[in-house]
Amino acid sequence: MDIQNDFFYTKEHEWVSIEDNIATVGISDYAQEALGDITFVELPHVEDEIEQFGQIASVESVKAASDIFSPISGKIIEVNTDLESQPGLINKSPYHKGWIAKIEVSDSEELSNLMNAEEYENFLESEG
Amino acid sequence: MIPYIPHTHNDVEEMLKVIGVSSINDLFGDIKTHHAPRSFQLPQGKSEFEVVEYLKKVAAKNRSNLIPFIGAGYYDHYIPSAISALVSRGEFYTAYTPYQPECSQGTLQALYEFQSSICTLTSMEAANASVYEGGTALYEAAMMAIRITKRPKIIMDSGVSPIYRKIIKSYTSNLNFEFQETPVIHGKADRASIERLCDKKTAAIIVQNPNFFGVMDDHSDIVEKAHSQGILVIQSVYPISLGLLKTPGEMGVDIATGDGQSLGLSLNFGGPYFGFMTTRKKYIRQMPGRIVGQTVDGQGRRCFVNTLQAREQHIRREKATSNICTNAALCALQGLIYLSLLGKEGIRELAELNFHKAEFMRRELEKIKWVVVKRSSATFNEFTVCLPQSASIVVEQMVDKGFAAGFPLGRYYKEMENYLLISVTEKRTKEEIIKYAQALNNILNG
Repeated sequence: MDIQNDFFYTKEHEWVSIEDNIATVGISDYAQEALGDITFVELPHVEDEIEQFGQIASVESVKAASDIFSPISGKIIEVNTDLESQPGLINKSPYHKGWIAKIEVSDSEELSNLMNAEEYENFLESEG
Repeated sequence: MIPYIPHTHNDVEEMLKVIGVSSINDLFGDIKTHHAPRSFQLPQGKSEFEVVEYLKKVAAKNRSNLIPFIGAGYYDHYIPSAISALVSRGEFYTAYTPYQPECSQGTLQALYEFQSSICTLTSMEAANASVYEGGTALYEAAMMAIRITKRPKIIMDSGVSPIYRKIIKSYTSNLNFEFQETPVIHGKADRASIERLCDKKTAAIIVQNPNFFGVMDDHSDIVEKAHSQGILVIQSVYPISLGLLKTPGEMGVDIATGDGQSLGLSLNFGGPYFGFMTTRKKYIRQMPGRIVGQTVDGQGRRCFVNTLQAREQHIRREKATSNICTNAALCALQGLIYLSLLGKEGIRELAELNFHKAEFMRRELEKIKWVVVKRSSATFNEFTVCLPQSASIVVEQMVDKGFAAGFPLGRYYKEMENYLLISVTEKRTKEEIIKYAQALNNILNG
């Protein structure tokens, strides 16, 4: 199970990494594994305002559809349009090519509501 | 007859005792008498014999021998005998998409072919496996547009069937959406009014072709202007007319729907019929209903599956595109067989025949002194005439002469008390049309 060291995580298995006040958001390796082959990603619209833990996207695998929640509040500035034609990028590269959206962070204090890599690893273990 | 309620009198008494009320009426005592549905006062059951006799008596009131000139959305087309022979085969005889649908490859293949033929007819990219009827299809299209655009307002042209508009309004009466209606000018959708109402809150414009008055229109200009403002266009169509008219796909429409009754289904006092729904590929995930797809099995053989099911209620729960979780499979199959029997040439010839017969009738009626035939816009197989008196009364008098003369527009349009909507299908003969004109002439002169 791959966990990226300097990323932050939610209990719903989304990740966020922050650089220059821009947050990149996706779902964790654990999440993609649990969902199975992803067939479609419903992306948010650029300029949408998103609340922390509010719905940002949804992903469909062959027999399930799951909502994706944003780890952080802010305005969407970019979405990964590659996912429109290659939703499987989330399975192949959940932390890099499979990112979902970039958000202009409105409150970096919100990171304290999230887990760091070590905490997320413990969380996964406790979830069994 | 048995009431189909499994509880015996004793069961009921026992349950009432447990919850501490003395009678069923007592149980519903909080509902005031004037709010209580009539089903609370059902009479005692009757024997099978009595029921059959009663139904025969009711059925005898139908004037089924009248020569029909009524359309208004549902049309008297010829139904080839092959249709009932094929759909009544046991292998097909189920009203719905079956459970474990992949076990029923024949049914899925038929629905896949149905979707393909509806796409060909409308020149749209994707169709679902059908919904219950045209009005529901149009309502679902409106909801689809609201989901796609995330905007709350719908503009509806009054040329859209008033029955459909009523369905949409009643379905959405408790939802926070706004509907604005635009008038019909010279028989067509009023471009200026539509343009005035278009704004950033507008999800879609709903139009119909031919419209309720039978008027043919090319809505391409409406589509172009709508798209420039991020607004979708929904068009309800009469499928037979597509043999002759520009298709919704050619006009650039985003969602096209219609009622399938005219495709080989008899006029059953309102149903069961089927509705069809088509859209562009990019919006397919927002389309409700079952969709059958073609794929290959583990050994590479062609097979059919229900696809894109993550949109549907059994997976998506409250976030599903709709609470529709089945289709009108048997009725859709009738539509498929009808379209297959006609083919591309057949449907064109049929549409031409309908158009020319209606034109012939228009000319015949124009000869009558008291009748004003609306000529402002070209019509397909249905047209409006203005009479010197109430159309409803004329229709009643025409019944005595053996005709179902048409649909009195006053029923839905307040200022149109004297207007009659007359439909002419390929089944109407020259003699019938001439006799109709004579009968009408006699009534108006008498």
